[in-house]
Amino acid sequence: MSELMRSDRAEVVVTGVGAVSPFGTGTGALIDGLAAGRSAIRVCEELAAVRGLRCCLAGLAGEMRCEWLDRRFRRTMSRMSLMAAEAAREAIHHAGLSPQHLRSPRSGVCAGSTVGSTIANEAFFRQYLQSQSIENIRSTAFFMLMSHTVSANLAQAFGVGGRTICPTAACATSAMAIGLAYEAIARHQADVMICGGTDEHHPLTTAVFDLLDAASTQSPACPDGAPRPFDANRDGVVCSEGAGILILESAAHARRRNAPVLAEVVGFATNNACGSLSHSDSRATADCIRAALDVAGLAPGDIAYINAHATGTLQGDAQEGQGIFAVFADRTPVSSLKGHLGHTLAASAALESIASIEMMRRGVIWPTRNLETLDPGCGRCDYVRRERHAEIQFVLKNSSALGGTNAVLVLGRPRNG
Amino acid sequence: MDERVVFDAIVDALVEEFELDRARMTSDAHLIETLGLDSLDFVDMVVVLQNRFGVSIRDEPRARQVRTLGDLHALVMDIRANGPGRPADFDGRAGDGLGSQTDGRRE
Repeated sequence: MSELMRSDRAEVVVTGVGAVSPFGTGTGALIDGLAAGRSAIRVCEELAAVRGLRCCLAGLAGEMRCEWLDRRFRRTMSRMSLMAAEAAREAIHHAGLSPQHLRSPRSGVCAGSTVGSTIANEAFFRQYLQSQSIENIRSTAFFMLMSHTVSANLAQAFGVGGRTICPTAACATSAMAIGLAYEAIARHQADVMICGGTDEHHPLTTAVFDLLDAASTQSPACPDGAPRPFDANRDGVVCSEGAGILILESAAHARRRNAPVLAEVVGFATNNACGSLSHSDSRATADCIRAALDVAGLAPGDIAYINAHATGTLQGDAQEGQGIFAVFADRTPVSSLKGHLGHTLAASAALESIASIEMMRRGVIWPTRNLETLDPGCGRCDYVRRERHAEIQFVLKNSSALGGTNAVLVLGRPRNG
Repeated sequence: MDERVVFDAIVDALVEEFELDRARMTSDAHLIETLGLDSLDFVDMVVVLQNRFGVSIRDEPRARQVRTLGDLHALVMDIRANGPGRPADFDGRAGDGLGSQTDGRRE
């Protein structure tokens, strides 16, 4: 994006947000849970029953039926798409977008998940492998399995007429989705983008981290003690589920329809830590942060708060902390919300961006839950351990993923806000 | 299983599968125009009915002529009584019934 002069870019604003999180359905539930410093992590009996799986904790979003949605749209949606639809419904309502706005070829969807529905995949293969037959496979199975199931289902359900993009970047998916949506609007290719990410809980997801020795083995007697981002006693990820959706819109389009402006998106960058598929790298993290600041035209000192990716893994938190320190030293407050929420995977950057927007609005920084004994290996950043009041004009949201992907967003408070 | 029981069983299965209004489940109800089903639903309807009645419908040529709930009922009754695939009953017309693709399905 730095190749496109800032003066030539359309200004991009956030006009609506919607959330399904382990705190429940709705942005209100997410914000209330975070503001109260609660944990959404519980013992998950489904995980406890899996032989060899050492993590028995998860953050689950509760029942998801979406009965307001016509059956023709629901029938092709797995749990992850239902959560995304619920979040998108809230965000679209919040933004005050009409069906006519959505039908425009200049309105699009950019949303994804880590993979197509694992629940649907399991159902397919359970049937297929037991019977060696496809006779009982439903016609809708493929629409849940396909990689772009989230964006395609959202576009169908809400009648969105423009570009339908489905980035897949594991845990950085929604940062990537918001970033690509931002770029589409900034480049005048779209006026409105419904963007974000979603993931549904399945034992396979937790197993992936456990196999890499990166899932928490915290005792079920104390589920809210994990995960522990940046803490010396952290022992890994707790997988959660949810969906976070933001409505991005060109400022001009938002002004024309008198839409509420919650925040601005002013920068995005993505890169790859080429050395390893499984390990993040502080230098690549720092490079990606600098690139996002360059796009935004900001200096490190302009950022008043960094919302870290930090999931509670030994290696990942340390590399991220060192990368942040390389750019900001100890001058900028840092916290992670994974201690409250667990790792909502493809939804995480969107949900945490929504929370960051609310922190900007309230002038408050929520601390990292479960950070009690700071690990010096995470760098000497200004880690927030108690709620702090602060005037925040710009927030940097850092995100990274298995596969070496980094994605960084820079969000700003509305200029007249 | 007599005719009425089979009809009621079909209605029960379709109401549950497709969230249909039971009051509209009359013999002359058109599967597409009245009940709002489409080609994806037809695939799933076959699965549901095959499981419910233990019969094979998927490759049944007469399914192409099914338009109404009554037609569906008659087909299930006939397959139950006489077995699948009676070519003499199939007149070869292209139909918009089960198994046809009339809603512009994409690949």
